[in-house]
Amino acid sequence: MAVCIAVIAKENYPLYIRSIPTENELKFHYTVHTSLDVVDEKISAMGKALVDQRELYLGLLYPTEDYKVYGYVTNSKVKFVMVVDSSNTALRDNEIRSMFRKLHNSYTDIMCNPFYNPGDRIHSRAFDTMVNSMMMQVC
Amino acid sequence: MADEALFLLLHSEMVAGLYRAAEQSEGENGRCTTKLESMGFRVGQGLIERFTKDTARFKDELDIMKFICKDFWTTVFKKQIDNLRTNHQGIYVLQDNKFRLLTQMSAGKQYLEHAPKYLAFTCGLIRGGLSNLGIKSIVTAEVSSMPACK
Repeated sequence: MAVCIAVIAKENYPLYIRSIPTENELKFHYTVHTSLDVVDEKISAMGKALVDQRELYLGLLYPTEDYKVYGYVTNSKVKFVMVVDSSNTALRDNEIRSMFRKLHNSYTDIMCNPFYNPGDRIHSRAFDTMVNSMMMQVC
Repeated sequence: MADEALFLLLHSEMVAGLYRAAEQSEGENGRCTTKLESMGFRVGQGLIERFTKDTARFKDELDIMKFICKDFWTTVFKKQIDNLRTNHQGIYVLQDNKFRLLTQMSAGKQYLEHAPKYLAFTCGLIRGGLSNLGIKSIVTAEVSSMPACK
């Protein structure tokens, strides 16, 4: 189950961070922040190493003792970072991919909302509901 | 499909409505083009987000320009850009020989001075799309003979 989901803008500031065990939020913020470096590394390495045509999904960024961090970058350089509890080993790659797709779809919907200015924090209730459902689903 | 006509009509009305409002308030004559362009900017940002949702990651600027010429233009105007030129130093010229928003107006030199108003929105569209993809740009348009434009 996802314990923390974050949407990070092109300029590397968070548009949306949400974590489940709300007492230790700072730790998750820190984890997401450090994972940004890994994301950047992967993006810049893409051009040289593999002619990786289709991949918006970056896969496992790095595992730590309690949890794993997954990343996904859109074409507009908006990054989605998901922190998942390691104890739940039943989460397969496909499920993570589908969760990121749902995130991307909701993000696109927010972009098209005329009341939303790109670069602001995300306050949409629909987005919140979707994120909640993802965090609870595999509980 | 009916929706091409919808956008064309809406667009012409948008331009006409803005200019009419400007005339009445007598203050801000030159600002209409800017308003149109900023409208296009915001729309372009949203559109690009939607269109690039499923496409592969872009390798470089040329790739992005090609995407704009082919997929983006096709989805918005139902045809591709006819000619793309570049000087490899950051300047790209896109030429469309039969620009949809202008075909209804004339097939030659008549109304040439009114053409730029109709191009402002599209300039904004391109600028918004590029800025969402990470490219800061200035987009200008020029019409030498309708309905072609660069």
